[in-house]
Amino acid sequence: MKMTGRKHLAAVASAGLLALATACGTSSGDGETSTPGTQGFNPPDVPMMQELGDMEGEVNILAWPGYAEDGSTDKSVDWVTPFEEETGCEANVKYFGTSDEAVQLMHSGEYDVVSASGDASLRLVASGDAAPVNTDLLENYADIEEFLKDRSWNSVDGQMYGVPHGWGANLLMYNTEEVSPAPTSWSAVFDDASDNAGKVTAYDSPIYIADAALYLMNTQPDLGIKDPYALDEEQLQAAVDLLKQQNEQVSEYWADYLKEVAAFKSGDSVIGTTWQVIASVAQGEGAKVEAFLPDEGSTGWSDTWMIHSDAKNPNCGYAWMDYITSPKAQAAVAEYFGEAPANTKACDLTSDKSFCDTYHATDADYSDQIHYWTTPIEQCLDGRPYPDTKCTDYGDWTTAWTEVKG
Amino acid sequence: MSSLIDRRPGLRVGLLLTPPMLWLGVAYLGALAALLMTSLWTQDDFTGLIERTWTLENFQELFTVEVYRTITVRTIGIAALVTVIDAVLAFPIALYMAKIASPRTQRLLVIAVLMPLWASYLVKAYAWRGMFAADGPIAWIAAPFGIDSPGYGLPATTITLAYLWLPYMILPIFAGLERVPDSLFEASADLGGRSLLTLRRVVLPMAFPAIVAGSIFTFSLTMGDYIAVRIVGGTSQLLGNVVFDNSGAANNLPFAAAVATVPIVVMLAYLAAARRTGALENL
Repeated sequence: MKMTGRKHLAAVASAGLLALATACGTSSGDGETSTPGTQGFNPPDVPMMQELGDMEGEVNILAWPGYAEDGSTDKSVDWVTPFEEETGCEANVKYFGTSDEAVQLMHSGEYDVVSASGDASLRLVASGDAAPVNTDLLENYADIEEFLKDRSWNSVDGQMYGVPHGWGANLLMYNTEEVSPAPTSWSAVFDDASDNAGKVTAYDSPIYIADAALYLMNTQPDLGIKDPYALDEEQLQAAVDLLKQQNEQVSEYWADYLKEVAAFKSGDSVIGTTWQVIASVAQGEGAKVEAFLPDEGSTGWSDTWMIHSDAKNPNCGYAWMDYITSPKAQAAVAEYFGEAPANTKACDLTSDKSFCDTYHATDADYSDQIHYWTTPIEQCLDGRPYPDTKCTDYGDWTTAWTEVKG
Repeated sequence: MSSLIDRRPGLRVGLLLTPPMLWLGVAYLGALAALLMTSLWTQDDFTGLIERTWTLENFQELFTVEVYRTITVRTIGIAALVTVIDAVLAFPIALYMAKIASPRTQRLLVIAVLMPLWASYLVKAYAWRGMFAADGPIAWIAAPFGIDSPGYGLPATTITLAYLWLPYMILPIFAGLERVPDSLFEASADLGGRSLLTLRRVVLPMAFPAIVAGSIFTFSLTMGDYIAVRIVGGTSQLLGNVVFDNSGAANNLPFAAAVATVPIVVMLAYLAAARRTGALENL
């Protein structure tokens, strides 16, 4: 492969975690490396909030689009204003389009809380940007579904680094007038993409490689993919080849959710991966689109609200984390965004009473079938022995994604 | 104090030049130096933190991974194409403005050429996005002839960039042609030169440095652009996108810095070539 230059980098990436652990608290990230492969993940020593104090008057929130709506998108969709009235914290919301962007913005230190997906959360913990969360300070934490607590993407050694927010699957959206018959499988954007030549869209982030890997996992068992986030070089190459083939039929990639809405409205894109919230916004603006979960299952997200280790407004930050996981706010977000709420007390408050059943909110088994976004690292996440088998890490995926786009 | 300055011309010049030289040295070249230095560092892919160890890894990757070569060649190609299109469009307009139009028309034309510069770059780029949309005006006009809109892609990017940078080509050529004395046209005519011959043998050689001067703008602006490509470029990417994706999204500032040195080197080579034509005196 052409990845020789990255070999050292890859070793450093995984060793970086350990280096940070040895650096213990200084979290400078400089040079120091140790042998990778040691078990366990030791985050830098960041102090945890012990008790709450006075509200600071504002809070800077970094969120996925649709997670902190203040009525500016749609007048009836507003759960930020009640929060501001309740706590006296003015909420400054910034939306981000990809997990990479979230990690980068959190490094800037200008935000107090972030809704991190699994491909961002551990990176934030490892870099020392995220602080452990004192769940005793959060009233609503007790009501959160047990199967979302103490998971690999939101905790380290039994210490929670955030509050579970909600989870769901990436969907396939299509234009009901242009695409017929209605698709049932992801093959509509991979092997059969030429049926909609030049009108396919895809998510513009290296993590989208996992979608191709998941498709290959189902269609080409010979490759031996068990986890779409644990790909050795050969498996990554197969996914890249599939994506290059798809690239010929892609009109444009999207990372900005409004760009996808616009592309579906104008007809420049007629089929491609999406989130429920995008489908809802597009339908609200009159686009003839439908979004569904294809047969093969899907990649997805399980999001966690995390707080910055140097948060300027920690009290308002905790107030937000508590508020956003309250039944009322959870019901509003979950229904607007189209995901299963972490706090299932919200199920009684949704306007559609069968909402939680549709999204399997209390179904731990169903939740485990979704392949949640996770940061690929050199140690294969599917349990293949390390260092005999080395998987491709996120740096390799980033390079591969540039190659896919050509 | 003032007499001291009067007596020492060296001191006067020194005082006068120190602030701008500081600006040039510290803020301008300093930023460039910082960029080059960053490109020699590396980054922890997992946490995204910069590791300050000296390495040529980024450049090694830049030269060994084929896709970056493809993107570099594509970017230079688009920049050259945009420059040629702009030169071909700008020359007749500038010639008319400088030599044929009445003073009143000339003023109006200068305003007309400058007018697009008053509008925001983004608005103009999005206007072209609307033009190329599947349900946009181009598709609507082309449909009766059985032609499809080119859609988003490199043709759309080239047209949009050529539109955006056209004023930067027209104005230097206009200024250059204004300096060509009218008497030369008459002399050429007296010697039996028809207008096309005059244009080719007299005007074009004299305007050439001005065209090169304009091309520096169109070429360098295209080399660094990434926004228009994102808006109308479909899936295609230029060097600017690689820089943006690595610094903005993937947070790999060292590699982004390494990629950013490519347009700098290309531009230095271009400027060196332009200098030989005497174009830099026309800027």
